[in-house]
Amino acid sequence: MDNMTLIAIASIVTAGLTIALGSIGPALGEGRAVATALSSLAQQPDAATTITRTLFVGLAMIESIAIYCFVVSMIIVFANPFWNHVIAQTAGK
Amino acid sequence: MRLSPDEMIFWQYGFLKLNGTIVFTWGLMFVLAAGSKLITRNLSTELKRSRWQNLLEIVVTGIEKQIEDVGLRHPKKYIGFLGTLFLFVALASLCTIIPGYEPPTGSLSTTAALALCVLVAVPFFGIEEQGLGGYLKSYAEPTIIMLPFNIISELSRTLALAVRLFGNMMSGTMILAILLTITPFIFPIAMSALGLLTGMVQAYIFSILAAVYIAAATRGRTARPEPMQDIEA
Repeated sequence: MDNMTLIAIASIVTAGLTIALGSIGPALGEGRAVATALSSLAQQPDAATTITRTLFVGLAMIESIAIYCFVVSMIIVFANPFWNHVIAQTAGK
Repeated sequence: MRLSPDEMIFWQYGFLKLNGTIVFTWGLMFVLAAGSKLITRNLSTELKRSRWQNLLEIVVTGIEKQIEDVGLRHPKKYIGFLGTLFLFVALASLCTIIPGYEPPTGSLSTTAALALCVLVAVPFFGIEEQGLGGYLKSYAEPTIIMLPFNIISELSRTLALAVRLFGNMMSGTMILAILLTITPFIFPIAMSALGLLTGMVQAYIFSILAAVYIAAATRGRTARPEPMQDIEA
């Protein structure tokens, strides 16, 4: 296997793993956050506005972890610097 | 596949480029500015008023209420900045129902610019409220050991703001493009409806987070948390 194939394999596998592993944690976290927010909404419906606002802000914070993983995997797939380097080297040869 | 509207070039003359991000940003700015100018041209204080004035009043009072709920006591002072952020991001994602349009917030340059505005606005409002010394002292809270961490958090949350908005908007258009190649009949419509919802939530979150940061900077970091008025009812 030459370097190009190795880089291609590593990039594709890593991109898949990044989004797969990176979405597990945020998914569990969001589930817990929503479940807790629902039970506190059931206990105190009067505080609905405060709970909802805090929930949304917290969800955005948790979700941004998954979004980082998504951005990284998109960079690996569509704008991979190592791949571009190899392509440039092959073209220069 | 296009990753962002940066690569959509309308006009080029040597070094100068007019890409999709710039065109759509200026278009949105024009719509927002011209729209609010047109609506506020003849305001009435009587019972009979135009429907556009009603719309604008709902939007402005709604944003004011949200800013006040976060803990900023004089929302009128901050609505110029926070309201503009919200309206721009919301309109950018709302306009995706127009064919041929791509949200400029799907480009990292736009979101980085918005996040940099927040980075500059937070110390601005903080110094205005607490004075230079008071604001700088808030970096050394609770002890001086926390100084580097406070500075790092200031920078990392700016990065987080930019990448969060960019990732959400980019993923929306990306999922649409992928779905169009797989199931081009019904599913793209459902996903673009979901994209509209995501865009609204992101606009809300962006402006609320900016408001929370400004509230933290103007209140001082050691101040007790805001009293929860609406629980005791």
